[in-house]
Amino acid sequence: MSGTFVGMPKFPTAAREALADTQLRHNLAHATGTIRAKRAAVVGEVENWEDVRLAGAAVKDRALRSLEENLVRLEESLTARGAIVHWARDAAEANAIVTAVAQRHAVDEVVKVKSMVTQEIGLNEALAEAGIAAWETDLAELIVQLGGDLPSHILVPAIHRNRAEVREIFLREMAGVGRPAPDDLTDEPAVLAGAAREHLREKFLRAKVAVSGANFAVADTGTLVVVESEGNGRMCLTLPEVLVSVVGIEKVVPTWDELDPLLRLLPRSSTGERMNPYTSTWSGVTPGDGPQEVHVVLLDNGRTRALADEVGRQALRCIRCSACLNVCPVYERTGGHSYGSVYPGPIGAILNPLLKGTGDPQTDSLPYASTLCGACFEACPVRIDIPEVLVHLRSKVVDGHRDDRLPKPEAAAFRGAAWAFGDGGRLGRLERLSGLAGKVLGRRRTTLGRLPGPGAAWTDARDMPVPPAESFRAWWERTDGGRKETPRG
Amino acid sequence: MRVALMVTCVNDAMFPGTGAAVVRLLRRLGVEVDFPQAQTCCGQPMVNTGYLDEAVPAVRSFVDAFSGYDAVVTPSGSCAGSARHQHGLVAKRAADNGSDPGLARAVAEAPPTYELTEFLVDVLGVTDVGAYFPHKVTYHPTCHSLRMLGVGDRPRRLLESVRGLRLVELPGADQCCGFGGTFALKNADTSVAMGSDKVRHVRETGAEVLVAGDNSCLMHIGGLLDRQRSGVRVMHLAEILAATEDEPAPASRGAAR
Repeated sequence: MSGTFVGMPKFPTAAREALADTQLRHNLAHATGTIRAKRAAVVGEVENWEDVRLAGAAVKDRALRSLEENLVRLEESLTARGAIVHWARDAAEANAIVTAVAQRHAVDEVVKVKSMVTQEIGLNEALAEAGIAAWETDLAELIVQLGGDLPSHILVPAIHRNRAEVREIFLREMAGVGRPAPDDLTDEPAVLAGAAREHLREKFLRAKVAVSGANFAVADTGTLVVVESEGNGRMCLTLPEVLVSVVGIEKVVPTWDELDPLLRLLPRSSTGERMNPYTSTWSGVTPGDGPQEVHVVLLDNGRTRALADEVGRQALRCIRCSACLNVCPVYERTGGHSYGSVYPGPIGAILNPLLKGTGDPQTDSLPYASTLCGACFEACPVRIDIPEVLVHLRSKVVDGHRDDRLPKPEAAAFRGAAWAFGDGGRLGRLERLSGLAGKVLGRRRTTLGRLPGPGAAWTDARDMPVPPAESFRAWWERTDGGRKETPRG
Repeated sequence: MRVALMVTCVNDAMFPGTGAAVVRLLRRLGVEVDFPQAQTCCGQPMVNTGYLDEAVPAVRSFVDAFSGYDAVVTPSGSCAGSARHQHGLVAKRAADNGSDPGLARAVAEAPPTYELTEFLVDVLGVTDVGAYFPHKVTYHPTCHSLRMLGVGDRPRRLLESVRGLRLVELPGADQCCGFGGTFALKNADTSVAMGSDKVRHVRETGAEVLVAGDNSCLMHIGGLLDRQRSGVRVMHLAEILAATEDEPAPASRGAAR
């Protein structure tokens, strides 16, 4: 029922298709523009925003610096409060743990709180293989799931859909998996939300097992935290008998107090709200209240690999707010699917190679999917210097090909550039050649139109200026820096 | 104060008029710049594409060319940003692979590099440079000058002091134009999509001239404007600031004079 990112083409190819989809371009420009303005307004009203950012980054850095200690303490606290802690090295291990819990309770369905990490490990697909249906209960995730679609945004996975498309999906798909959409469904947002509420309600009331992620995990109290807007999370976390939470190991924070800056940063950066409507916290099992069997799966899946990267490890500070997506001019035009991962946008462009390692052509294309404009760094609530990490990962991609028997044309070109830029005199002689071309071409025009070969990438849509007959260097020498200037015809 | 001009490789080879404008402008303000012929490129094209080893010779040329000066001034926010924020990275690589162990020290001792508007406003303390440019102009703040250097309103203050110049607001000014160095080639479709939006906003303003502080971005936006035969001209900020009643800006871009 849902799609898969497996086998996605490299970013430039996927982006070309997305760019041709005018409806998608319109939906994205409208949606990102709206969230951007909301975020800017609520961030602007916090006088010491930069201090909160610094505090948030410091909390996450502290947590990561003593990750092992913090995780062991988290396990102890959770266990002391009646939770069952599992450790998973990768997606397969985590999926097997969750599937086994569901099977032990002989259920054929689970309800889900929106969670990036379960998307990352492909939990729904793994459960489906075991004959267990995983119902997404977040509105946007429901739209994606019903549409057999893929998420294209961290916060708003259906951002690529407009309300008319959502109405069609509900009318077409809801009946097949539960309560149908009403016949008189309109595309009013409130009406669509009402239909989703009715559709989901029976699933909340019926499900015995729920699956969640967590925004934060507090080591000293053994508390998991889920932040959300719709209340579906609260339903999943309180109504079922069994709760399984899959938590990336980078979600740990040492103490309860350290949640403070993070809970202030997240809603303003994410939904553009001063405060999120629902913040659920739970610490193990509370007898007679809420789920009586609580599992926590602590997942690595590449996080220790990212942690080992001195420059890249700052990406583990990410609190999945998606501010970087909303301000990214590349994301705004290509959408999330072009990134071929549940983590799209600037953070996806660094997180995917950091978690998976470089070497695969699709992954290797992601660090290049940026102009390095810096808008993401500016917006990031935990100050991840995404452009710095992008450049660092590009060097890893290039270094991975240094031993290729046949160097790529690009590598050969940069070797040539290194040679030319190693000596000013050498560069000056090369410029005389381009000046000669300029002299010949410049007789008839000032710009060049379509060029053949690699030049076409530039000139398919852009003119190219004709090189000048004389370089600056040559002008300086001839005129002594303009002091001996003679007017030239 | 001994000041050296880093003209940048793009300006050297493609837009010598911009370099000459900087020389003329600074001379008018009483600053004689040197042009060390040993300079080549700041290394940014290599670094930003991932070719750190290949950036080492360029950074070496940079530190050798400018050693001994008190300040380096450059008509590019992007190249100034590279000198300030990337040379350390390249030097670390040169030490790690043994290709140039002394580079880190040379980089640390290199003179400060100023983007042109920083040099004018912060070092010389001027915003009215005595320029005359009687045209309707809109200004695109390039990403690296805006976010990496934080030049803030310096270019605007300089432009507002130009006699005859009418500055009109560019909608979505802080949005990237889509150039991005090799991004413009590796992701040409996305680059052009971004540039097309920028060009649409430029044309909406009705300005005769689009001005910016980086010729590489202008080559991209200007290439789109030219292809559309829009009649809108792009100019580097230095060329506007260098223009006076006696020495007006040249009618077309390119050659030094």
